Amino acid sequence: MNNASTGQRFVVLSIFTAVIIIFLLRLFYIQVLEESYTVSANNNVLRYVIDYPARGMIYDRKGKILAYNQAVYDLMIIPRQVSEMDTMEFCQLLGITKESFIDKLAKAKQFSTYKASIFEKQIPAETYATLQEKLYKFNGFYAQPRTLRKYPDNTAAHLLGYIGEVNDDLIKKYPYYRSGDYIGISGIEQSYETDLRGKRGVRVVMVDVFNREKGRFRNGQYDTLAITGTNLVSSLDAELQKYGEKLMQNKIGSVVAIEPSTGEILAMISSPSYDPNLMVGRVRSRNYAELLKDPVKPLFNRPMMAYYPPGSTFKLTSTLAALQEGIINEQTSFAHSFRVGSKSVKCHPHPPVELRGAIQYSCNPYFCNTFRTFVDNRKYGKSQHGYEKWRSYMESFGIGIKLGVDMPHELKGLLPSVAFYDKIYGSGRWKASTIYSLGIGQGELGITPLQMANIICIIANKGYYYTPHVIKKIGNKPNDSRNLQEKHMVNISQRNFEIVHDGMQKVVEAGTARVARFDTTIICGKTGTAQNPHGKDHSLFVAFAPRDNPKIAIAVMVENAGFGGTWAAPIASLMMEKYLRDSISRPALEERMLKGVLLPGEDYVKVPVIKVQKELKELKGEKVVDTNKKNETAKKHL
Amino acid sequence: MRRQKSIFENIDWLLVSIYLVLVVMGWLNIYAAVYNVEHNSIFDLTQSYGKQMIWIGSSLLIALGIMIIDGKFYAAFSYPIYAFMMLLLLVVLVVARDIKGAVAWIDIGSFKLQPSEFAKFATNMALAKYLSTLNIRMEDLKTKIIAGLIVLLPAAIILKQNDTGSALVFAAFIFVLYREGLSQNVLIFGFFAAFLFVIALMVKSYILLIAIGSLGLIVYLLMRKTRKNLLVILSITLLACGVVKSVDFAYNKILQAHQRERIDVLLGKKSDPKGAGYNVNQSLIAIGSGGLLGKGYLQGTQTKYDFVPEQSTDFIFCTVGEEWGFVGTTVVLLLFLGLLYRIIFIAERQRSQYTRIYAYGVASILFFHLMINVGMAIGLAPVIGIPLPFFSYGGSSLWSFTILLFVLVKLDSYRMYILR
Repeated sequence: MNNASTGQRFVVLSIFTAVIIIFLLRLFYIQVLEESYTVSANNNVLRYVIDYPARGMIYDRKGKILAYNQAVYDLMIIPRQVSEMDTMEFCQLLGITKESFIDKLAKAKQFSTYKASIFEKQIPAETYATLQEKLYKFNGFYAQPRTLRKYPDNTAAHLLGYIGEVNDDLIKKYPYYRSGDYIGISGIEQSYETDLRGKRGVRVVMVDVFNREKGRFRNGQYDTLAITGTNLVSSLDAELQKYGEKLMQNKIGSVVAIEPSTGEILAMISSPSYDPNLMVGRVRSRNYAELLKDPVKPLFNRPMMAYYPPGSTFKLTSTLAALQEGIINEQTSFAHSFRVGSKSVKCHPHPPVELRGAIQYSCNPYFCNTFRTFVDNRKYGKSQHGYEKWRSYMESFGIGIKLGVDMPHELKGLLPSVAFYDKIYGSGRWKASTIYSLGIGQGELGITPLQMANIICIIANKGYYYTPHVIKKIGNKPNDSRNLQEKHMVNISQRNFEIVHDGMQKVVEAGTARVARFDTTIICGKTGTAQNPHGKDHSLFVAFAPRDNPKIAIAVMVENAGFGGTWAAPIASLMMEKYLRDSISRPALEERMLKGVLLPGEDYVKVPVIKVQKELKELKGEKVVDTNKKNETAKKHL
Repeated sequence: MRRQKSIFENIDWLLVSIYLVLVVMGWLNIYAAVYNVEHNSIFDLTQSYGKQMIWIGSSLLIALGIMIIDGKFYAAFSYPIYAFMMLLLLVVLVVARDIKGAVAWIDIGSFKLQPSEFAKFATNMALAKYLSTLNIRMEDLKTKIIAGLIVLLPAAIILKQNDTGSALVFAAFIFVLYREGLSQNVLIFGFFAAFLFVIALMVKSYILLIAIGSLGLIVYLLMRKTRKNLLVILSITLLACGVVKSVDFAYNKILQAHQRERIDVLLGKKSDPKGAGYNVNQSLIAIGSGGLLGKGYLQGTQTKYDFVPEQSTDFIFCTVGEEWGFVGTTVVLLLFLGLLYRIIFIAERQRSQYTRIYAYGVASILFFHLMINVGMAIGLAPVIGIPLPFFSYGGSSLWSFTILLFVLVKLDSYRMYILR
């Protein structure tokens, strides 16, 4: 018996020991060798709560607020904690119906009974104030502060742009963002996004199985603080911007006003516009869709994206190039007609003129002749070379290139290359007489209102410009991003600018834009009428003032408004007066401008440059013509 | 025979020390498991840890009471105690409320009593009493049947209470029977049956039947073709097939849906970390994230923040694993192993057969609880809700394990005064 029992004791103890050893091996594996359980544990218990910093505010040049953040509240619900309550009172406080209350409660329950979800989005502060006092009565509800972008002046919608929730594509492109984040989608909000957004903070908190916060992980050792977005100071003059928008109401077109000495954009109006507050919060997607359907395209940012043949305003640059090259001088005069084969360019009756007078009267034959003399000049050999030379001057004025303005979606316009004409007419089979209309700003030219304003800056500055921009200061520092402080020179002598200034002064004093005069300010201007094969011509006016110390350069484009002197020049003049004098001395003129309605009827047609642009696109990849800038880009492409 | 000089004479202090260490460790871990900042005193009676303190104090009083009672009492009153407990179990069936699917508790004032816990030591006493009776030999069929009935009666009633876990514990007595002379074939058969049981759950039964059949045929062909061999192999094969078929039947017809799911998850047939596998998965995460040294006392996040369900009772081992790491779990398991070894050592030094059998019963019950409870927490056993002895929160279980152990301590301390 005793021997046998020793064996049985041994077996029993062996089984006990074996099971304990198996357990220890298993524990060694899951506790020491296997790492994944630690990860799972962290996933269980750690939550990364994001602290959203307030977005930077935007001020105008005089310190007026253009964009700020409005506090709103999301009403959150945790269905499990909701107890018996006065539903009627609750609905009244929120201003919702009982049906929608039941509906929302059901939705929240469907999402989770333990986790918080949004019951009512973006409750305005006024509603919240009354709700807050009563909230203690309603268990399971609490408010979570959020911010909403607000644009108090309802102005400069295209410039300011708007913000919206990031989508999947954006998240893929910019890993900084996470679902639910806001990002600037257009305008300043987009181009200065990294300054405005600040830096997100992250708090690592521990939660229990019901996702209730239980405290900071390791006393906040791994937390990062949120950094508030940087405030921006815009170069815009909000008063001027608003005034311009008022003048442009019921008209289609653009106004761009720049301070020539700095390149700071004072006003940039795209008409028709919209209230930027329509693009905020819950109503954004619906409003966006509606604006998109509008036939006059209020979302289209005309000053930077629409291009037009510059018409007579183009005569200024063409003249400056010819003067610099010695093709003409201030005494040059031409016959009062321009003839190519059976076609001829005629002019309205005016006394025979030299250069200044030609500018004053905007004499078409004079400038066609100038253009022909330039392009077909023997000193360049072939016409192609002459054209190339001429074109390089135009490009140095910022025509046909992107200026690099600090806003998204700038287009470069249209300045045909030699290759373009070679393709159409055959190499060597075209000369000035084939393309003479360029000389008076018609034909295959497309210039944006922003480019026009910039050209006037160059003329006002007598030979240089700073890249136009809307942001003066980032935080407390001057905005030195994007080479905005770099002076771009144009290789034309100051003397030649003086001659053109003389002509432009005469335009206002005794020429096509006498309507633009006010008090004793010396204004230099030039009207233009861009031919529009699809409808009534576009009315154009460019100007700067005062002549001896230019404070403002302006370009006004009113679509389908006819002659430049009738609509564009008065609007430009009123704006200059507003900016320089801060009051209007000509109420009758102002009245007429404010009341003018120049909206298209049913037969509205788009800007007529689309076809040419398409042809240009087909030519892409062909050799690019000279000029220093272009050569650089060409090299880069190679 | 002389009387004991003092009730503390001859007490096995090592056994008592291990008991005390385990109980205190259990208490500290319950405190960590349900730690509540608003009630951060371990003595707070509104919380589980405060209540456990009461259970520990009363357990010590019970232990003292056991030591005071005369050593001859237990053997003499084994049958009446057993009978009383069986009656109590039947009463539970009638009066108990349904808690978490089981009808195992009776309310006594504000406390709930779980008689199935106390049925274990009563059964152990009765079995020891019966097997130590003169002229009882394990080889006799009658002995086997009566011993079997003593064990299976409480198991059957508890099963009827829907408390499968507690009922399964009675299987532990197979060690006692084995020690007292039951053929080792029974143990081996039991092992094989368990092995087949698991295989049968994983493989489709007809495939298994074909496999067993062909295996039997091959073995027969390899062996000498005598009539005896044929009979042996044929009976073994048929028995195996019978096990497979009954497993199939039991799995599909007897087990309830949630039990089937738990088994499926354990065997890896189903992966369902949010549903039936949630407990085990969270338990593994808690223990696994403890690492070598653990997260530190009261630093466990998984248990403290309620990710592991039943953490103060069935899954108390998770708290040990998470906060004390591999070092902690090893210490606890080795303490239990030491306890088991000590009990077996004590058993074998007895002159009294009753005490020896009782001691083996204690070791077997403790071992079975340990195996299932820890095995469940580390994903090696199905989720069967039985407590970890001395550790888990709960008055009934702590009292019953204390009684179970201290009756042994008393019997052992009395060993010099008993001849047989």
